[in-house]
Amino acid sequence: MNEHLLSMHDLTAADVTRILDTAESFREVGSRVIKKVPALRGRTVVNLFLENSTRTRISFELAAKRLSADVINFSSSGSSVAKGESLKDTALTLQAMGADAIVIRHSSSGSPLQLTRWVDAHVLNAGDGTHEHPTQALLDLYTMREKLGRLGGLRVAIVGDVLHSRVARSLSFGLVTMGAEVTLVGPPTLIPPDAPAWGVQVSYDIDGVVAKLDVCYMLRVQKERQRLEYFPSVREYARLFGLTSARAALLPDDALIMHPGPMNRGVEIDSDVADLPESVIEEQVTNGIAIRMALLYLLLGSGASGGGPSAPEGRAYDR
Amino acid sequence: MSAKVMEGDDIRRALTRIAHEICERDKGVDDVALVGIADRGDDLARRLAGQIARIEGAEVPVGVLDITFYRDDIGLRSEAPEVHETAIAFDVSGKTVVLVDDVLYTGRTIRAAMDALMDLGRPRRIQLAVLVDRGHRELPIRADYVGKNVPTSHADDVHVLIEELDGEDAVVVEAVR
Repeated sequence: MNEHLLSMHDLTAADVTRILDTAESFREVGSRVIKKVPALRGRTVVNLFLENSTRTRISFELAAKRLSADVINFSSSGSSVAKGESLKDTALTLQAMGADAIVIRHSSSGSPLQLTRWVDAHVLNAGDGTHEHPTQALLDLYTMREKLGRLGGLRVAIVGDVLHSRVARSLSFGLVTMGAEVTLVGPPTLIPPDAPAWGVQVSYDIDGVVAKLDVCYMLRVQKERQRLEYFPSVREYARLFGLTSARAALLPDDALIMHPGPMNRGVEIDSDVADLPESVIEEQVTNGIAIRMALLYLLLGSGASGGGPSAPEGRAYDR
Repeated sequence: MSAKVMEGDDIRRALTRIAHEICERDKGVDDVALVGIADRGDDLARRLAGQIARIEGAEVPVGVLDITFYRDDIGLRSEAPEVHETAIAFDVSGKTVVLVDDVLYTGRTIRAAMDALMDLGRPRRIQLAVLVDRGHRELPIRADYVGKNVPTSHADDVHVLIEELDGEDAVVVEAVR
């Protein structure tokens, strides 16, 4: 494992498998009456969320708390950031307070990488601009592997606003690493021009692909970008690219319907479809906690920042 | 330099004796449950359960416990310790839980196992069964049932090989210079 989690590009297939396997054990912890283990007792995890997010922050907070770490939540409103403090000064402050890990969500692509240059703490990217959202990709990979038993050879369509979606980028990279066949589907204006270089297929016609899918992954229509005229109207988008009941009926029997949330029911996914048994959107949320526990454990559980030699008592457990 | 201190037959006889001792000490096995510490301890626990079933004609529940999250050296090693599965399908509360492990050494694994067990419920009693006690305790912990006491030096490695994982049953002491 690397020292930080910035991008799915940093992870090999073996890394991904180790993370998913470790998350499996944390799922078991999450099913206990006492959902807490002392693995990261005394460590401090800072959630530095400088862009609005509820579900990812809560998921990271629960993950850290279930590992017995101390959690500090830092958001832009009501903090020194609102008073005009720079990211660097915020980072140095957190460093001085002894943060062991910083989970960062930021509207600027690349800010987690920049953060690693200023602090000694492990940095986890919880979504940066339109760049990446690796923990979402890993929980999606976990959900697919759990439900379908494998990742290699899976046929996955990622449908919607790929251009602005850090989820689509991270998930595509992860799926390609694991040997799945990925097709990006959406209006040409919302498919990044460099997409073929990711090792994925591109289609502008959802009806042409649904019948052959193992996973249909719907992206949120970012309504806030609609005024930029990437497509003529939300209604037209829903008709051409939405997962309607009629389209969902064309999916193979054991195919999964996934969505990273929050959903726009009636836009990219029909309300009825979101509630079908094939839809695993709630499982994605549950698995997200286990994945984030696994990542915090694997990053913070390895050698004290810098990876010194193994401790003398290490042998005590290994004989 | 390595020396085989137990053969397959020795291990079988030791486990048979421990099974008898558990039945005797606990006066039957009505509230007894075996919990093996992953890995190897769980396989030994299953074998003990087989012996107890033969002796007492009663099935005792068997679980497997992973102690990784309870270790005291997380973050001190260059890699995070590998995680195994925990699968205890019964309620440990009120039971006499016999922890089963292959080697008792510093006692740190057992300390972690007791903490892990307490998070799953409130056993009436916890006992400890080990195939090999090699000494060098760093904590005030002792085993209730011991297959064999093997004097070792700190520098030695004790390897327990078991059929299920290694294709043969043996205990080997390897002297590391």
